[in-house]
Amino acid sequence: MSDAMLATRRSRIRFETIAPAVILLGAVAIYIGVVIASGQARYLSLENLVGVFNRSIALAITAIGQTFVILVASIDLSVAALISASAVLASVVMGGEPAMIVPAIAAVLVLGAIVGLANGLVVTKLEVNPLIATLGMALIIQGCLSAFVSNFAGSVPKDFQFFAYGIAFGLPVSLIFIGLLALLSWFVLRFTRFGANIYSVGGNREAARFAGIKTARVVIAAHVISSLCAATAGLYLASRLGSGAPWIGRDGMYDLESIAVVVIGGTVLAGGRGGIWGTIAGVLIFALIDSLFNIVGVDAFAKQVLRGVIIIAAVGFYAVRSQRMAA
Amino acid sequence: MKRLIACAAALAMLAAPGAWAQNFDDPEEFAKQREQLAMTPMGPEGMPWEQYLEDTMADTAQHAKEGPYTVCFSNAGVNNPWRVVGWNNMQAEVELHPEIAELVHVDAEGSDDKQIADISDLLAGGNCDILIVSPNTTAALTPAVERACEQLPVIVFDRGVNTDCPVTFIHPVGGYGFGIQGAEFVAENVEAGANVLMLRILPGVDVLETRYSAGRRIFEEAGINIAGAEFTDGDNAKTKSIVEDYIARGQIDAVWMDAGATAVAAIEAFEDSGLEVPVFVGEDQQDFLQKWQELGLTAIAPTYPTYQWRTPIIAAVRILEGEEVPGPEWVLPQPAITADNLDQYINEGMPPLHYAMCGCEEMPGYPERWGGR
Amino acid sequence: MSSETQDLNAVRARRRLPRINPIWFVLAALIVAIIVYNPNFVQPVGYMNFLKRAAPLAILAAGQIYVIVSGGFDLSVGSTITLTVIGSSMLLNNNPDATWWVILLMYAMGLAIGLTNGLVVSILKVPSLIATLGMMITLSGLALMWSGGAPRGYLPESFRYFGRANITDLPLINILPISLIVLAVVVCLLWWLMHRTNYGRLVHAVGDNPRAAVLAGVPLMRVRVSAFVISSLTAVTAGILLGGFAGVSTDVGRGFELQAITAAVLGGAQLLGGRGSVSATIAGALTLTAIFTLLNFVGLPQPVREVVQGLILISAVAYAMYRRRHAVH
Repeated sequence: MSDAMLATRRSRIRFETIAPAVILLGAVAIYIGVVIASGQARYLSLENLVGVFNRSIALAITAIGQTFVILVASIDLSVAALISASAVLASVVMGGEPAMIVPAIAAVLVLGAIVGLANGLVVTKLEVNPLIATLGMALIIQGCLSAFVSNFAGSVPKDFQFFAYGIAFGLPVSLIFIGLLALLSWFVLRFTRFGANIYSVGGNREAARFAGIKTARVVIAAHVISSLCAATAGLYLASRLGSGAPWIGRDGMYDLESIAVVVIGGTVLAGGRGGIWGTIAGVLIFALIDSLFNIVGVDAFAKQVLRGVIIIAAVGFYAVRSQRMAA
Repeated sequence: MKRLIACAAALAMLAAPGAWAQNFDDPEEFAKQREQLAMTPMGPEGMPWEQYLEDTMADTAQHAKEGPYTVCFSNAGVNNPWRVVGWNNMQAEVELHPEIAELVHVDAEGSDDKQIADISDLLAGGNCDILIVSPNTTAALTPAVERACEQLPVIVFDRGVNTDCPVTFIHPVGGYGFGIQGAEFVAENVEAGANVLMLRILPGVDVLETRYSAGRRIFEEAGINIAGAEFTDGDNAKTKSIVEDYIARGQIDAVWMDAGATAVAAIEAFEDSGLEVPVFVGEDQQDFLQKWQELGLTAIAPTYPTYQWRTPIIAAVRILEGEEVPGPEWVLPQPAITADNLDQYINEGMPPLHYAMCGCEEMPGYPERWGGR
Repeated sequence: MSSETQDLNAVRARRRLPRINPIWFVLAALIVAIIVYNPNFVQPVGYMNFLKRAAPLAILAAGQIYVIVSGGFDLSVGSTITLTVIGSSMLLNNNPDATWWVILLMYAMGLAIGLTNGLVVSILKVPSLIATLGMMITLSGLALMWSGGAPRGYLPESFRYFGRANITDLPLINILPISLIVLAVVVCLLWWLMHRTNYGRLVHAVGDNPRAAVLAGVPLMRVRVSAFVISSLTAVTAGILLGGFAGVSTDVGRGFELQAITAAVLGGAQLLGGRGSVSATIAGALTLTAIFTLLNFVGLPQPVREVVQGLILISAVAYAMYRRRHAVH
């Protein structure tokens, strides 16, 4: 029994690493093809490719957090509102003072932890469907935020903009940050007991409970991680925009896009299967598509249609493939 | 309970510093724009997109260059009908200039983050001779525009940025002017003590906040009672519902709107309740103008002219040819449509939300390019 | 009377009492509150306007409940509404003669959207959340592409009749909006289909336990696809009413998908399937509209409305879960 489970688990893991990679390779191939065909080979420079990924830092941070919640078969729709709230809170607390950077970061992370804790508790203790719980939370955060701020508020000091614009070891700081965050998440999911618990709880909550795992704690922890990531994305946007406004999360569609990216990356909405590298591949796919649209000059409305179709097609491709593999 | 605590904590932290709110009710700016509305514009007669109200010029000799030119445009988005009409204007204007080889257009779809990335992509591409920016928001795009200024000449239009590094910043008189035109018309056409309903789209948008504060100021000066100020989200159904509710509660003598896209829905609320439509402030959308004519309303349509989308292209060519342009600010005239000139702006072949003050009637592709027949 | 029958009666009473969905009490309380704030509400014009406004959401929610009961979500309905309004105005462009075939065409479009949603979910096995999210993005993009980003064309009065016109000079109620007749017809139809036919039982079975349903010989795919089709068709109907009520704009349908799901949840529907009732969902839709109306009358600013909506959403589900837990034990 356990051998059989292990075997299917292993083959699934292999497939999950392959499927997003296949889609990513496809996207890269199309990108290179289009760039060469349209005679704009300068877009193939390393610098430009770094630039392509740099478009999606906030999405990447959010999506890494979202991966954890989706792995435990939950979902987090409150990230967009939390991003706005964090960015505003950060820039207001900083108020242009370099001395306030650390307190501001602390305040934002505390806010993130509280929101994540609240989400997790509502989902586990009140047994509210996570979709509704986090949607409700999103409305509450957005409402509280809009009641007090209606425009850009506060400002971040120049030093803090190092997060978004700084260069270290020849690479953008933000990119290095993403790399480290992804490595850390991968390590946690792959090599720690907590990571194993996440997969068990997401795979089969009842079985995990019987196996002695405190499932509620795992789900709450996943929500806290997701909210902390969203709060960090808010910090990043405050650093990038120089200030925070109550609409930046919503306008970036970070809630739906982060879910789409995670799912395109092969993490299953029902939980228990998937991982960080798939999510990173998903973000890269989105970033490449975005950049491609700009190069080709697709108009904004057609872009939207293509994006919708790509989401369905990518997830469809994955789901059908995995069905066949399982069968 | 946790949520309440979270909420309270966040609010407490937000409320602490307190002094960050932008000032959308600036008496100086109000007075300046009121003055500008009364000015006679300089520049060619009948071509308001080339006219200007302030007489300072920017020297552009250093930017002179051989053609043909590649003009790059970072657009905040085409996410509302006003921007759609404007974007059509701009593309048509490009066709009038053979010296422009290419217009490279990137659309930020209403996201600051994306527009910053777009601008840095355009700069990295290295093809642009000049950069036109229509910023999504003022504060967030300022650093990106500053960086662009170091590499090439920049033109900013519609919303501004907090730096004077662009060669010129093109805009009509502004939000206060819009608010003033509508509210003064109301004040002239109702008695003191009359009830006016103010309908707004969203809070927090700078160009809309200034329209509201100017309108409010004039109503207060004229002793007109503001029955209510409501946000409609630019949604027809919501607008109609709100107006119906106000009608049910009492007499409304005038309706002032900060933008006219939902004006017809508001008028229909009066029609469907079997009431006379009161004094009305709309905007230059075709559907409103046609309704106004059909019902013979007492109305005015202040405009935030879409012809300002033509000017950046004209300016770009002049700058690259080394000719001087009005700068650091190019203030365009901002006319209102009144009962006297209503007829000349009505064209039943145009779509409902076509902005009549587009200055596009003589342009290539009119009317099909703008969705007309 | 013996003590035994008394006990039995007490049990029966206890059992019957919770059968009345609590949402009706909430709705009643809200309406009383509205009347306190606005006595005009008891006039026919007052409550008829209220019902007229609630009609599109109520119809939409009554369709959404089919998808929810069968175990899915339909996020594409808002965009379907927008596409209906934009499409009708483009095709009609003030030509009243074309009204009927344009309406038919819109229903055909709704059918196609519902079929696509259903087939993507049941054949490609894409989770309905993602499938209909993709459809939502695609459709709103299509609406913008088709219209070029701004409404083109006008809706003639013949089309707007359903959402705008009233029958006047009636005895007792004075006026009767046409949209209310549409609402009544659609609701009766959907209620009958859900609660009085075999098909309705199949929808419940599929959502309750798909595996068991398949083993029992339920045509899983057909039931799921038809639920999505019903939802899309109600979205077209809601679009016709909304376009009629207020005219053309490019974001008429925005936010309706979440409102419809909220209405269903307020009506006690169980997300991820198996439980839900059309009448309670209608009550949910009316409650949601009543909340918005009340907040409007009280004069609370938009942000507070959002907070209230969020709190209500969470508490409604938390309460339902609480009841369910205690009903089991």
